[in-house]
Amino acid sequence: MIEFLVAPFEFGFMQRALLGGVLVGAICALVGTYVVLRGLAFVGDALAHAAFPGVVIAYLLKGNIYLGATIFALATALAIGLVSRRGRVSYDTAIGILFAGAFALGVLLMSTIHGYTVDLFSFLFGNVLGISQRDLLLVGLLGAIVVLTIILFYKELLLLSFDPTTAEAMGYPVQALNHLLLGLIALTIVISIQAVGIILVVALLVTPSATAYLLTERFLRMMILGVLLAALAAVIGLYLSYYLNVASGAAIVLVSTCLFFLVLASLRLWKARRPRA
Amino acid sequence: MDKKPWRYCLEVRDLAAGYDDTPAIEDITFAIPPGQMVGVIGPNGAGKSTLFKAILGLIPRQRGEILLHEAPTLSQRALMGYLPQLEEINRAFPVSVEDVVMMGRYPRVGWCRRPGPTDDESVRQALTRVDLLPHAQTQIGQLSGGQQQRALLARVLAQDPHLLLLDEPVSGVDTTTQHAIFALLEELRDNGKTVVVATHDLNCVVERFDQVLCINRRVIAYGPPREVFHEDTLNRTYGHHLMIVQVGDRRVVVADEHGR
Repeated sequence: MIEFLVAPFEFGFMQRALLGGVLVGAICALVGTYVVLRGLAFVGDALAHAAFPGVVIAYLLKGNIYLGATIFALATALAIGLVSRRGRVSYDTAIGILFAGAFALGVLLMSTIHGYTVDLFSFLFGNVLGISQRDLLLVGLLGAIVVLTIILFYKELLLLSFDPTTAEAMGYPVQALNHLLLGLIALTIVISIQAVGIILVVALLVTPSATAYLLTERFLRMMILGVLLAALAAVIGLYLSYYLNVASGAAIVLVSTCLFFLVLASLRLWKARRPRA
Repeated sequence: MDKKPWRYCLEVRDLAAGYDDTPAIEDITFAIPPGQMVGVIGPNGAGKSTLFKAILGLIPRQRGEILLHEAPTLSQRALMGYLPQLEEINRAFPVSVEDVVMMGRYPRVGWCRRPGPTDDESVRQALTRVDLLPHAQTQIGQLSGGQQQRALLARVLAQDPHLLLLDEPVSGVDTTTQHAIFALLEELRDNGKTVVVATHDLNCVVERFDQVLCINRRVIAYGPPREVFHEDTLNRTYGHHLMIVQVGDRRVVVADEHGR
């Protein structure tokens, strides 16, 4: 049994994958608390997909992938705000327009590469088993920036999320704070692209936090529980990926999803057996 | 309580504001000295909420100026407390009553800092004054409508503003709570705060307020209830027939069924 648990992590790449998966999951769960409570899942998915053309362009120019992804994700976040204000369409519609347009641009550019594109596919679907020391360092550094920002602006982001009208009435720069939050989401997505890929990163932003929300009525506890659940999903997902020889990013997301339904079902059963007086 | 010698707490001069290009309210001019309780009355759509939002800077001014202690309001927003109409508070949000009331302290705590013992004490006192201390740890969505209003009022108390703007604070609330809330507001007024209450319940106006502001897109009248509370003024404000009837030693407003 011990052998079963320890065997995968005798390999360097698995150790790095574990560290990477847990770190990425944890940071996504922190930011995911805001995503779940403020209904930002669609925006999150859009920013992830919008990062793709940035990845492709950086790849073509032999530049920094993370930088390309960040630039495009942030530009799209700004564009969504602009289009919904000036374009007389709803925020939801603006997201849809830019989401699809940006991603199509990425696919178009990718189709111009007549040759080896497996590397680009790994950005779409994730490749945590291929994470390098340098990648880990970057995840750690950018992740620290996200965590520090959340700590510094904890109460302001809490007020913004709960009651933006009162926040504005008190004199807080609500628009700037919203941009800060979107920026945090964009940065988190960029960190996570390698672990689970662009297409699935929204799951890391949503599912562990959603599961935590089922279990607690306090904001900070929701954040911490989300982090623990994400870490658990990363560990179990990696074991599955190793022993069943399946895609690691997808395995992590599926474990996360199963955990959600497990908690949901358990709570239902628990409530049914102990009816309120 | 600081005793600054301001002549007026709130001054509004020639204000026009609205939600699009046409103003919803215009030619609004009035001034309130500190330590007064003012009632703002008018029919639905008259602009009571619009006036509050314009004072707070939640909607842009199209014309005029608004001064708090003789300086622009927008530079002193933390000195203004706001209790909006019983709106869609985010009941599903994982915060307790105490967490919500603590939000009133955020401007005093300052950016990037954490609340301290003074803030904890302020929150406790605010909760005690609205009689919600036993519910401090309850998640906000589990409160009744009346309790929720009291929690939001506690948040304003914790903020300790100089000017309080309360939009229909007692609509949909039982009579006992109504009396308790007004007793609290009167206490604040006696301590030198300026309390402005928008209400559609005309019968509480006569009893409670030092001044009454009648609004229907413009200022119809502004003065003590004794001067303002006449059928003529009320009809100009509400646009339909109201009668003032003497019941014992109270004057009561009723709709005139047989009027125009």
